[in-house]
Amino acid sequence: MKVGILAVQGDFEAHGQMLSRLGVEHIFVRTLAGLANLEGLVLPGGESSTHLKFLTEGGLLDAIRELARRGGALFGTCAGAILLAREVKNPPQTSLGLADISVARNAYGRQVASQVLWGPSKLKEAPLEMVFIRAPLIERVGSGVEVLAESEGRPVLVRQDKVLAATFHPELTEDATVHEYFLQMCASGSRGVQTAESTKAMRSS
Amino acid sequence: MDSSNGKQGNQGSSEKDNLWRVKVGLAEMLKGGVIMDVTTAEQARIAEQAGACAVMALERVPADIRKEGGVARMASPRIIREIMETVTIPVMAKVRIGHFAEAQVLEALEVDFIDESEVLTPADEENHIWKHDFRVPFVCGARNLGEALRRIAEGAAMIRTKGEAGSGNVVEAVRHMRAIVGHIRRLTTLREDELVHEAKELGAPLELVRQVARTGKLPVPNFSAGGIATPADAALVRQLGAEAAFVGSGIFKSSDPEKRARAIVKATTHFDDPKAVLEASEQLGEAMKGIDVRQLDEKELLQTRGW
Repeated sequence: MKVGILAVQGDFEAHGQMLSRLGVEHIFVRTLAGLANLEGLVLPGGESSTHLKFLTEGGLLDAIRELARRGGALFGTCAGAILLAREVKNPPQTSLGLADISVARNAYGRQVASQVLWGPSKLKEAPLEMVFIRAPLIERVGSGVEVLAESEGRPVLVRQDKVLAATFHPELTEDATVHEYFLQMCASGSRGVQTAESTKAMRSS
Repeated sequence: MDSSNGKQGNQGSSEKDNLWRVKVGLAEMLKGGVIMDVTTAEQARIAEQAGACAVMALERVPADIRKEGGVARMASPRIIREIMETVTIPVMAKVRIGHFAEAQVLEALEVDFIDESEVLTPADEENHIWKHDFRVPFVCGARNLGEALRRIAEGAAMIRTKGEAGSGNVVEAVRHMRAIVGHIRRLTTLREDELVHEAKELGAPLELVRQVARTGKLPVPNFSAGGIATPADAALVRQLGAEAAFVGSGIFKSSDPEKRARAIVKATTHFDDPKAVLEASEQLGEAMKGIDVRQLDEKELLQTRGW
């Protein structure tokens, strides 16, 4: 299995370290050619406006949509989740539109509001550690979207088919749960299989 | 103090550890990008549209501070606020070395990062700010590994080379990056007992020295600043080990700020792809004129401020 990590800017190396730990081959993607033959692509944290400009100019927006159509899995954290959303607010911004969610940028405030929280998820029994850094807020979740984790009653990890979006940074923790879940999505069939785990009820913390 | 990259959280981890993690976390988010000096909301807008991952709000860019002289202080809150209201990317601002009250003002203003900077006139010639006391992360300049580790011990969540700000000359940034990266490489070859002596020579805490020797890198992101003026300059410092670049006077003191900003962003991302750096370098106008640093008097150097 080969997974790409978009490496325009941001914490792409932290995702790389996590995938290395899980023994998964990965490449840093900066060009169209880098997107070929991938089973999955990680869109890391960073500045979504910087990433978007790069993807637009490099013709990568359509190529990533094509990767999704071919059945490739996508995983966006923070800025990556903003890029995956159907609608972006505060301010409005173009996006890939691959997950039926509406996202408001920097909705929790500036850096002084960044924090580490623990919240319930469907992925594991124990609460999930969530590092929020100038995080976006998922304001609306479409009917085809499953909420996999919450923090303070708000969705923070969601999935639609083979698209996974987190407003926090699992790559900045020691816990590989969310990345393992993404790798299962990469390995599964074209529309993704609902894992037994993902259908469990949300556990309370 | 925990200056590791701080991934070993558990639900009982302390507020202090978690604060450190989100500070270093924001620095992680800026990797691979370009942080641009801006003096007006309009410049900030240009920088953001060119793909800057953050802006540094200033009253005067270093080249003008150098030329005009006088005491250089924290920028007026009005200018910083205007810039914060104009862009969605993180906004940084500078305080004088040791001036913790200026830092308190910037924290109250909720800037995203504070640069305790040698570009401004120092307020304390012995002590830097104890940065662990703040919720806002700090970046500090360093010329060598000892200086970098002292700043990290005080709570800096990001290190940048000092270079020679406002010179448009990359030579000092190169010197400082090579000094830091080269010294780190050497530490990885030393025995435990030798690291004790090394910590003494560096004037840095042993725990941090041992951590760097073990991991082969600083415990916080290591960026470059001071004299970067062209796309190739950015590619150079990136290849020497800088994880991102600060560009101060280099953009808005050139003849074509918008184009140059875009070009430097492109070269910073594609630093290891000479064809992309070539593309970025084409059709640019005049770079800032620049200064031969060897022609400067010792007292004119900004990099010797800080200890």
